[in-house]
Amino acid sequence: MNEFVETLLDLTWHEPKKSYDVVIIGAGGHGLATAWNLATRHGITNVAVLEASYIGSGNTGRNTTIIRANYGIPESVRFYQRSLELYRSLEEETGASIVHSTKGLLWLAHTESGMRAERARSLMNQACGANTVMITPEEAQVLCPQLDLSGGGRYPVMGASYHPGGATARHDRVVWAYAQGAMRLGVHIIPHTPVVGLVRSGSRVTGVVTPTGPISAGVVLSAVGGRVTAVAAMADLRLPIRTHPLQALVTNAYAPDFGPIVASSELLCYVSQTGRGQMLMGAEFDSQPSYSQQSSYEFLQTVSTKMTHMLPFLRNLRILRQWAGICDISPDYSPIMGFTGVDGLLITTGWGTWGFKAIPAGGEAMAELIATGKVPALIAAFGLSRFASDHAMADQGSAGTR
Amino acid sequence: MLWILCPTCGERPVSEFRFGGEIPHVPDSITDPEARNLDWVWMQNNVDGVTTERWFHAAGCRRWLTLRRDTHTDRVVA
Repeated sequence: MNEFVETLLDLTWHEPKKSYDVVIIGAGGHGLATAWNLATRHGITNVAVLEASYIGSGNTGRNTTIIRANYGIPESVRFYQRSLELYRSLEEETGASIVHSTKGLLWLAHTESGMRAERARSLMNQACGANTVMITPEEAQVLCPQLDLSGGGRYPVMGASYHPGGATARHDRVVWAYAQGAMRLGVHIIPHTPVVGLVRSGSRVTGVVTPTGPISAGVVLSAVGGRVTAVAAMADLRLPIRTHPLQALVTNAYAPDFGPIVASSELLCYVSQTGRGQMLMGAEFDSQPSYSQQSSYEFLQTVSTKMTHMLPFLRNLRILRQWAGICDISPDYSPIMGFTGVDGLLITTGWGTWGFKAIPAGGEAMAELIATGKVPALIAAFGLSRFASDHAMADQGSAGTR
Repeated sequence: MLWILCPTCGERPVSEFRFGGEIPHVPDSITDPEARNLDWVWMQNNVDGVTTERWFHAAGCRRWLTLRRDTHTDRVVA
């Protein structure tokens, strides 16, 4: 966050105290949403959120801001649907604008097997409370007139699943809304304070170590993105996480008449228009794990090839910026939330390429877990213990995964 | 971009290869056989640094190779 923005916000940074009821590592969306929910819904305000860099500096500030619930398995659909609904009321609840805009999401199918996948997705969504319907290519054309139904002759549109609830929101503003809301209720947010170790008493985690000294905590929650394996290792906790870069790009501005979000599983890419008119697009994560946040020319080549087939008008635009974030990819493409098996340490990770849309529901569920000590039903399927009990939640509903 | 030296085909771009995962290494501190199996199957060292992994030359000779790569810089190391 730059200094100009900081002056527009009511954020008063705190010096860390020696002890808190709850210490959250990572002031990204999930960490801050958990703190905000603890303060607003459970009255727990003796909370610190520690951040190694500035708030929202990780993947919360690097994603493509898409909010949707059209996932592939019942547990995911219910969870993301809750999140989609919470996003709708977030401006009202926090009193801060997040530039939320419901646009509808078109998920294109280019082959018979793609059509089967989208039909299955629609029926699964309807059965679990999310609204997704199959539409014809002509109906898709009405929703998105820029679409080339022949797919450049190469990727013809055979149909699409349409998810009217699909939305976008300004990601930085989501971070600021939660941070500001939590701070007003007394939560301490402490940027530029990395956690370099965990304080342990026997097998229990009782606090965190920072360069300025230890901070003791009743409960420690790791809401770290990217470097979660290193944080878990401080408690000798092993995670099934691989850290892969995910890239995105924006073009220069286009007339603001690109309505929906357009995605395709078969092409593995997705595009929407930002409030500034830029076309924002992304694709699947890089195949090899890496902590380097470098972007590649290959990414630009692949995405622009696919995208210009679908949306020929993009040929006349120029790429403005590209960037990468490092994502925690779980083996089943579902998040990992809840107890870790280490006393005093909770975790919310495995947010891969689906973390931004999950922020409100993830924060709500983790706050309830911290406040009550019981895993909420909504996230019960997503515990770390699912791998030991052979209940992996394989979900290929994310646009970046196959 | 990452270039990988294939023993059969020479130096080729990463787009020709398929990532096959890091070579599992279960820490010696885990002694219970069940826990070791769980760790072997699911858990990742996911190091920020040099790691040893398997790659498949899918668009080339279609053979597997072992590679040492620095995940911090995404470059092959000798």
